[in-house]
Amino acid sequence: MSKKSPSPKKADDAGYNARTAHINAKLGHDELIALYRDMVRIRRFEERCLRSYQAGKIGGFLHLYIGQESVAIGCVSVMGDDDHIITAYRDHGHGLAVGMGMNEMMAENYGKYTGCSKGKGGSMHYFDPSRNFWGGHGIVGGQVPLGTGLAYALKYQGRKGACMTFMGDGAVNQGAVHESYNLAALMSLPVVFIVENNGYSMGTSQERSSAGPSLAQRAEGYGMNWDIIENGHDVLEVRDKVDRALKLARDKHLPSVLEIRTYRYRGHSVADPDTTYRGKEEIEEYKATKDPLMFCQNALLAEKVLTDEIIAKIDEAARAEAETSAQFAEASPFPTVDDLQKDVYWEADNPADRKSQGTLFFN
Amino acid sequence: MALITYREALRHAMAEELDRDPNVVIMGEEVAQFNGAYKITEGLLAKYGPKRIVDTPISEAGFIGMGLGASMLGMRPVMELMFFSFYSVAFDQIFNNAANVRYMSGGLINCPIVLRGPANGGTNVGATHSHTPESIAAYHPGVKVVVPSTPADAKGLLKSAIRDNDPVIFLENTLLYGETGEVPDGEVLIPLGLAKVMREGTDLSIIGHGRAIQMALKSADLLKEKHNVNAEVIDLRSIRPLDEETILASVRKTNRVLYVEESKPFCSVGAMVACLIQEKAFDYLDAPVMRVNSVDSPAIYSMPVEKLQLPTVERIYQSALAVLK
Repeated sequence: MSKKSPSPKKADDAGYNARTAHINAKLGHDELIALYRDMVRIRRFEERCLRSYQAGKIGGFLHLYIGQESVAIGCVSVMGDDDHIITAYRDHGHGLAVGMGMNEMMAENYGKYTGCSKGKGGSMHYFDPSRNFWGGHGIVGGQVPLGTGLAYALKYQGRKGACMTFMGDGAVNQGAVHESYNLAALMSLPVVFIVENNGYSMGTSQERSSAGPSLAQRAEGYGMNWDIIENGHDVLEVRDKVDRALKLARDKHLPSVLEIRTYRYRGHSVADPDTTYRGKEEIEEYKATKDPLMFCQNALLAEKVLTDEIIAKIDEAARAEAETSAQFAEASPFPTVDDLQKDVYWEADNPADRKSQGTLFFN
Repeated sequence: MALITYREALRHAMAEELDRDPNVVIMGEEVAQFNGAYKITEGLLAKYGPKRIVDTPISEAGFIGMGLGASMLGMRPVMELMFFSFYSVAFDQIFNNAANVRYMSGGLINCPIVLRGPANGGTNVGATHSHTPESIAAYHPGVKVVVPSTPADAKGLLKSAIRDNDPVIFLENTLLYGETGEVPDGEVLIPLGLAKVMREGTDLSIIGHGRAIQMALKSADLLKEKHNVNAEVIDLRSIRPLDEETILASVRKTNRVLYVEESKPFCSVGAMVACLIQEKAFDYLDAPVMRVNSVDSPAIYSMPVEKLQLPTVERIYQSALAVLK
């Protein structure tokens, strides 16, 4: 089962140009526009979520992905049929990227029965296994062993796919993450660990929480390949480097760690104060220079792929789609008390096929 | 019928399920090359090879979470915990992930995983290695909890657990591994949630689970011999799902109940069963439900005292007499 990886290495970046990279050079206008549109859809959806949260329609936590859109869209855009993903609680971007609908996502945030998890999971716990998306997990780093296991099953079943296992920069100090790194490297599992480094684990900056020169370099301790995507705001660079890591995983069962430098504009969750650990200038500077939507828009305008008219149309459509989802959520029913004990045990939901006896629920 | 050990019964169950379903794998620390720390998996690597019988590093949160992720994609991993006490290292994976994923996905994802291993005291290994977490496990909706006390049950329940589409926590006992018993030949499937009347009686119901049942049977013999008391002994075998009907039928017959188990008394399975009985059969009771548990302290190392910390035949016998007063 175990197979020694070649010497760990960071990819060589000299003379790098993401646009001319093989995976991107072949992109047609429609595909480029789709990448842009999908990022816009995440942002407009989340802005609408924020309004609903402020109006008291969405409860609990709301971890917005705004500022990080290029990561989920870039990664998911290079997925093959047998590739899978799993992430933590900042999962709206990943959900939309794999093709989940705004309606089912917004309804889930509203706690409605029409939500993707029937209102049982909430914003942090989206799932769509039909689109190879395995959540949506609330405990920092807790999903990383699961992603390793998805990769284990892919290899065991002889499927040529990989699992992209996302985590934030705060997760890298959890024991379960290191255990997963070790298992993935030891067992040569087709997994790409993607660290979305937005600089802050909640309100604690990287330098105040994580020792060592970089988060990705910790892979060396496990003999894994690693790389840092400095320009995480560039959806094309994300695509290219993730594609390379996925190929290593699929073709050679070599796991790797990719650290993608990115930035979130809002608080850890929107209920958290956002001024104790960083200044407004920092946020404004990122927005002005590295906003993933603006960066993509400018590049595609320069290439004459996008026009002001198309941009306006995309924006308008995304706003309308988000607004419709809020109306859908609003109009949808809540689950009932009778639903509380459904979806707990497979057997309880499939009584005709139940093999066990006795009491499953105690009221 | 074959006379085999509890250990062999577990091994046969796994081998039969490995033969039956290519998605079944056995994973854990020392399960393959070392042939199992307690030799439960002895010979399985030689027969099934390293793809099916997988050694893991000492990394419970990692490998249990990995098995769980694999189960989400349709595998049926049977994970061995060398000591079930190590479950605490993987608590988040078991009780946040295994127990909740089906629910939080609105029923879209199943986790057909079995976590098995010995969960008992009495082997002089101190408090860290002597946990009996059945009530902690059964507290969590989404998981099932099984505690077999005989070789036949070990086999029949493990086979059912492996075929179950929900996560099953399967608690064994190192002191039972070498015990022999009759196990029917061929396919043995015992449904989870079905208690077993081990000894019929009319005067008192001794209900319990795990190795304490073996002691209860000896205590019942003493009660008969010395006081002509006919005690009924019921082994729950499965904690969740729970066979309430068998419990309540026995209470209605004998009107007196003693619960025996190795767990500590606070929030134990016995406490739950006592609550159910007073709720559903109060009018049938002629005496308060009493319990025999381990003495309420961390598990002691010292050999002679550890034996007295656990339930004993004498303590069950004396408590039974108190219930009969």
